[in-house]
Amino acid sequence: MKTTFELNGKPVSVEAPGDTPLLWVLRDDLDLTGTKFGCGIGECGACTVHVGGRATRSCITPLSSIEGAAVTTIEGLDPAGEHPVQVAWRDIQVPQCGYCQSGQIMQAASLLKDYPHPTDDEIDGVMGGSLCRCMTYIRIRKAIKQAAAQAAGQPGEQTGGDATHG
Amino acid sequence: MVNDTSSRHRGAFTLLKRAVGAAILAGVVGGGGFLAYAWYPSIAPIAKPAASSFSDEAVRRGALVAAAGYCAECHTRQDRGGGPALAGDYAMETPFGAIYSPNITPDPETGIGHWSEAAFKRAMNRGVSRDGSHLYPAFPFDHFTKVSDQDVADLYAYLMTRAPVHMEHRANTVPFPFSIRLLQAGWKLMFFTPGRFRPDPNHDTQWNRGAYLAEGDAHCGSCHTPRNLLGAEKASHAYDGAVIDGWIAPPLNDHNPTPVVWTEDELFAYLRHGVAPLHGSAAGPMAPVPHQFLSQLPESDVRAIAHYYADLDHAAARAGQDQAAIAVAMAQSKIDLTGPQTDPDARLYQGACAACHYNAAPAPVSGRPELALNNALWLDEPNNLFMVMLHGIGAAEGQDGIAMPSFYAGLSDADMARIAAYLRRTRTTRPPWTDLEKKAAAMRATLKTPPINASH
Repeated sequence: MKTTFELNGKPVSVEAPGDTPLLWVLRDDLDLTGTKFGCGIGECGACTVHVGGRATRSCITPLSSIEGAAVTTIEGLDPAGEHPVQVAWRDIQVPQCGYCQSGQIMQAASLLKDYPHPTDDEIDGVMGGSLCRCMTYIRIRKAIKQAAAQAAGQPGEQTGGDATHG
Repeated sequence: MVNDTSSRHRGAFTLLKRAVGAAILAGVVGGGGFLAYAWYPSIAPIAKPAASSFSDEAVRRGALVAAAGYCAECHTRQDRGGGPALAGDYAMETPFGAIYSPNITPDPETGIGHWSEAAFKRAMNRGVSRDGSHLYPAFPFDHFTKVSDQDVADLYAYLMTRAPVHMEHRANTVPFPFSIRLLQAGWKLMFFTPGRFRPDPNHDTQWNRGAYLAEGDAHCGSCHTPRNLLGAEKASHAYDGAVIDGWIAPPLNDHNPTPVVWTEDELFAYLRHGVAPLHGSAAGPMAPVPHQFLSQLPESDVRAIAHYYADLDHAAARAGQDQAAIAVAMAQSKIDLTGPQTDPDARLYQGACAACHYNAAPAPVSGRPELALNNALWLDEPNNLFMVMLHGIGAAEGQDGIAMPSFYAGLSDADMARIAAYLRRTRTTRPPWTDLEKKAAAMRATLKTPPINASH
C-alpha cells in the first residue's frame, strides 16, 4: 500500500503495509534515525514526532492514518538545529544519556505552541508522558522555561500550527 | 328435545359456517387488499440516456444531493481493499444478516443504466426497485421519500452521468423468511409514511431547510434513532441515540448528556470541519460525514442543519450553564497530573493520554480534546471511548491533519478498563460504567484486523 505524506516540508511516498508504525517507516524506510524506539506502546514519549504540528507517538501511529498529513521529526524541527528548545537544551546541557531527548524536545516544542509561557503545572501536565531514565527532569523544566523566554516574539517552526489540508 | 337439540346444533353449525366463511372472505379481501398494496409493476427498462441529455446545472446540483445523502458511503465497497465509487457491494451488517448494496453507476447490466427517471423516483419515494420488488429499509427510503422531486431529478442526472462500472455485488445473507421481498410491504404498511417534506410554517426558512436536509436526504435518524425489533426507527424515541457498528451514535436531542450543550456553533463546527471544540471529533462511521460529504455543501446548508438540531436539543434554553461547565472541566483536566502521584490508574492515564489531553484554563486548546467535556466519556456506555483507543483517529478523520495513535497493542483490555473507570470517576458526574473489561474485549473483537503492527 502506498502512502503519501509531507515529511519535514517535503512530499514523500512510502510503499508499506498500512498497519506499519510510523516510527518504523521513519527509521527503516526513510533513514531518519533521530526519532527513537523506546517502549513501543506509546507510554514513554521517546518516539514523539509532530503530525499536523501536534506531538504524536510515532511507535503506535499506523502509517495509514497519516495519509496526506504533515509530519515533522527532530531532523526537521529547525533546518539549522536552532529551535529555541534545541538552543536551550544545549545551553543548559540537558541530556545525560540522551536517548529520550529527541522525543522530549519535540514534546516541549509542541507544548510551547499551546502554552507559550508555561507554568510548572502546564509543563507537568504535557510533559508527564515523556520519561527520562536519567531523571534529568529538573534541567528539562529549566530549558523549557528558557526556551519560552527566548521564543517570545519569535516565529515557531514552519510546519506547525493548524494543518491546512483535508 | 331431540329436535330442539339438533336444531340448536344446526343453528350452531350454521353460525360456525358463517363465521368461517366471513373469516375466509375477510382473508381473501384483506389478502387481496394487501397484495394490491404490496404489488408494484416492473417499470420498463430504457436505453441508457446520453450524458448530453442532462444539463450541466442539473448534474452540478445532483452532486450536492448525492453529497448530502452520503450515497457513496454505502454504495462503495470498503472491505477487500475497497471498490470503485458508487459501484456497490458495501457490506452492511444488520441483525437480519449482511446486505450488500447495489451498484448505482449507470452500467446497464449491473447498475442502474436501464433505469428511467420514473423508476429511480419510485425507488426514492417508495423503496421499490425497477423490477417492482421491495427494497430493504437498509436503503433509507423512509427518509428519502421526503426528498423533493427536483432534488431527485437532479440526483438522477448526477448518477446517470457517472462513469459506468460493471460490477456485481455479493449475495445477501438475509435468511428466510426475511428474504421474502413481499414481506417488506408489510413492514411498510406498519412503519412507512411516503410523502415529500412539508415545511413547518411555525419555523423560518433556515430551520425548514435544515429540517428538510436532516430528515430527508441526510437521513440522520438512520443512525441516531434507535430501531425496533423489525428494524424500523422508533418514532417515539426520535434521536435518542443508537449503536451502529459498535459505535454509539449519540442522542441528538436534549437527552445528550455532555456538560456543554450542543449549540448551533458546536454542531456547525462538527458537521463542517469534523471537530467541535467543546465536544470532540467525528470518528468511526461519523468521520466521513463531515470530511467527505457535508464539506462539499454550501456552508448555509450545513449551518441550517446545525440550526435545526440546536433547536431540537433546546440549546438556547440550556446553554446558560456552559461557561460554568467549562470552568469545572478545566479544573478536572489537571487532576492527578501535577506533583507526586501514586494512584496507578492516574499514572496509567498520565503516561498514555495526558500529554495530548491535558488542558489548562481558561479553555481547551484546539487539538487537545478535553476529555472532561468529551461526548465519549459522558455517554451511557463506554463504546466510543474504547473504539477510539483501539482504532485511533486518522489525519483524514476527526480534526483535519492531526492523528491519534492506536492503542490496540499498547493497552490491554484491563488497561483500557482502568483508564475508562478512572476518567469516568474523576472527570464526569455520571454513574460508573460496569463490566468494563468485558466491554473492552467486546469492542476489541469488532476490529477484524489490528490497526497497528506491534513489536511486542
